[in-house]
Amino acid sequence: MNRIKQLFQEKKNILSIYYTAGYPNTGDTLQIAELLEQSGADILEIGFPYSDPVADGPVIQASSKQSLDQGMTLQLLFEQLKDLRKKVSIPVLLMGYVNPVLQFGVEKFCEACAEVGVDGCIVPDLPMVEYEEFYKDCFEKHNLSNVFLITPQTAEERIHKIDGLTNGFIYLLSSSATTGKNLEVGNTTEAYFSRIKNLNLKNPTMIGFGISDKQTFDKACSYANGAIIGTAFVKAIADGNLEESVSNFMKKFKD
Amino acid sequence: MKYKVNEKGYYGDFGGAYIPEMLYPNVEELRQNYLKIIDDADFQKEFHQLLKDYVGRPSPLYLAKRYSERYGANIFLKREDLNHTGAHKINNTIGQILLAEKLGKKRIIAETGAGQHGVATATVCALRNLECVIYMGEVDIERQAPNVARMKMLGAKVVPASSGSKTLKDATNEAMRDWINNPVDTHYIIGSVVGPHPYPDMVAIFQSIISEETKKQLLEQTGSDQPDYVLACVGGGSNAMGMFYHFMDDENVKLIAVEAAGKGVSSGFSAATTYLGKEGVLHGSRSILMQTPDGQVVEPHSVSAGLDYPGIGPQHAHLFKTGRGQYVSITDEESLDAGLLCTKLEGIIPAIESAHALAYLEKMEFKGGENVVVCLSGRGDKDLDTYIKYFNL
Repeated sequence: MNRIKQLFQEKKNILSIYYTAGYPNTGDTLQIAELLEQSGADILEIGFPYSDPVADGPVIQASSKQSLDQGMTLQLLFEQLKDLRKKVSIPVLLMGYVNPVLQFGVEKFCEACAEVGVDGCIVPDLPMVEYEEFYKDCFEKHNLSNVFLITPQTAEERIHKIDGLTNGFIYLLSSSATTGKNLEVGNTTEAYFSRIKNLNLKNPTMIGFGISDKQTFDKACSYANGAIIGTAFVKAIADGNLEESVSNFMKKFKD
Repeated sequence: MKYKVNEKGYYGDFGGAYIPEMLYPNVEELRQNYLKIIDDADFQKEFHQLLKDYVGRPSPLYLAKRYSERYGANIFLKREDLNHTGAHKINNTIGQILLAEKLGKKRIIAETGAGQHGVATATVCALRNLECVIYMGEVDIERQAPNVARMKMLGAKVVPASSGSKTLKDATNEAMRDWINNPVDTHYIIGSVVGPHPYPDMVAIFQSIISEETKKQLLEQTGSDQPDYVLACVGGGSNAMGMFYHFMDDENVKLIAVEAAGKGVSSGFSAATTYLGKEGVLHGSRSILMQTPDGQVVEPHSVSAGLDYPGIGPQHAHLFKTGRGQYVSITDEESLDAGLLCTKLEGIIPAIESAHALAYLEKMEFKGGENVVVCLSGRGDKDLDTYIKYFNL
C-alpha cells in the first residue's frame, strides 16, 4: 500500500513539515529528513526551489534564493535523495513550481520520484485541467499522489472534482494568502473548516499556511487529519546546529 | 482567427492559466465575465468616449517625411506617444478600470517597469476614485524617478519590489502576491499581454485600438489598409500586440517584433527572449522565457525599463513559433542612437522602448515605395536621464 494512505489509516493529528532542499546548506537535504523523522514528523514536504515563487512569502522565497545561489538544482536533489529509503520510512512529497518540472521533463521527473521513493508531489501552479490532461497518467503510472490546494474561496463543485482527481490528501489553505502569515481562526475560518469537514471527502485533509506552534497545530487538527508547517520550520533552522534546531523545534509539538 | 485565443485559453502551444489555487477564483471571475462586459454596448460607449475625450484618440498616423527620404520607403509613425500620459499603456488601463468597476472592485493593484503602466494605472484610479497600489522594482524606481513622482501625485502608493533583479519581473511577482492576499475586493491591472488567461487576450483587445485606427488612417492616406510592414518593440508585448492585432490575418502584411538585445544577445546582459529563451511557464502562462537548464528564470537586461522582461506574451510566442511574426533584436546602443536620430530628423524624442523599433529600420532593405508602419509607443521625456548620460548632453 501507498505510504501516504497507510499513514492516514493508522494515525491522527498528523504533522507534516515543509523545508527547502539545499537550505541552509546544499548538502543538508537528506540529513534534515532523517532528523525530522527521528524527532516525530509524520510527513515530509521537500521544496525544490524556484526563482519566482509567487505563492510564497518572504521567508520561503529567501530560503529558495539562498539554495539556488548555492547551486541547488532538481537534478542534484534527486542525487541527494538516492539513499532516501535507506534512511527515511515516512511519506515524502516534493513541492515546487511547474517550470523546473517542465524543463526536467514530466516523464523523467515522475520516474526519478519513483526511483528514489518519493510518494507524491505538490505543484501549486499546475492547474487541475492541465494535470488531468497531461500529467495524471504519468503520475499514476509511477504511483505518485498529486496533492491539490483548496482555499476558503474554492467552490464546492471544484472541491469535489479535486477530491476525485487525487489519492493522497487535500491541502486546505487556512486563508487565501502567501506562506508565512499567522493563522487566525476567526468565525469565518471555523465555518470554512467545518464546511469542508462536512463534505465527507474521500481524501483526508491537511491544514496549511499559518501553523507555527502547538496551539495553532491543535486547533487545525480539530478540523482536519493534521497540519502542515513550513515557514516557521524554515526560520528555525536558518542558523546554528541542525540537530539541535530540528529537535528543539519539534519538541514544541510533542504532548 | 487562427492567431486568436481558443476556448481553452491557448494560442497554439502557449497560454493557459498556470496559477496557484489562491488566484483561481479571481482569474475565473474575469474569464467568465470579460467578454460579456467588453461586448456590452454601454461599456463600449463609455470606453470609446474616454479614449476620445480623455486620452486624445485617435492618435495620428504620421507620414515621417525625412525618415521616408532616408530609407526610401513611406515610413508612418503611429503616434501613441501623443496619448495622455505619454504612451499606449493608457488604452489598456482605461479598459480595465471600467471592467474592474463592473466587477465591483474597490482596490486596484499593478506592476510597472518603466513606470508608464504605473502612471497610466494611477491616472485612471484618480479619474475613477479608486485606491491604487503600484509595485515597482527598486532598480526601476531609481532610474525612472519622474514617473514615481507622477504616481505619487496621482495618489498611488508605490511599493518597491526588492527581490531578485528588482525590476519588472519582481514587481509582477509582488503584485501577484498582493492579489493572493486580497482576493475579494482587488483587481490586478496587468500592463502587458502576459499573465494567465484571459489577461493576454483582454489586454490585446484593449490595445487593438492601435491597429484598428491604423487601418482606417492608412486607407485614407494611401488608399489601402494593407501596409507592407508593421514594426513594434516587444517587452511583454502589449504595444506590439495592439499594433499587430488587426493585421494578423492579413498574411501579406509582414509583422516585425523588435526585442531588446541589451549589451548584445550573447553578452549575458540581454532581454532578447525569442533568441535566448525556451518554452516554459512564467507569470501564469506557458510561453517562451529566458531560463537556466534547471528552469530558473534568468535576470534580463535592457537599457529600456519597459523591455527589461525575461518573457513575452503567449500570443507573441505563437506568432513567433508559427513564423507569422519575425522577431529580431536591437542593442542598447543601437536604440539610443535611433532615439537621437528620430529627434533630429522628425523632432520627436521617442521612449527608448519605441526607439528599438525605429532602430530596426536601419537594418531593413527596401526596394522603394513600401508602406511601413512603426508603432511609436511612447515619448522619451521619462528617458532624458539615460539620453543625457549616453550622449553627454
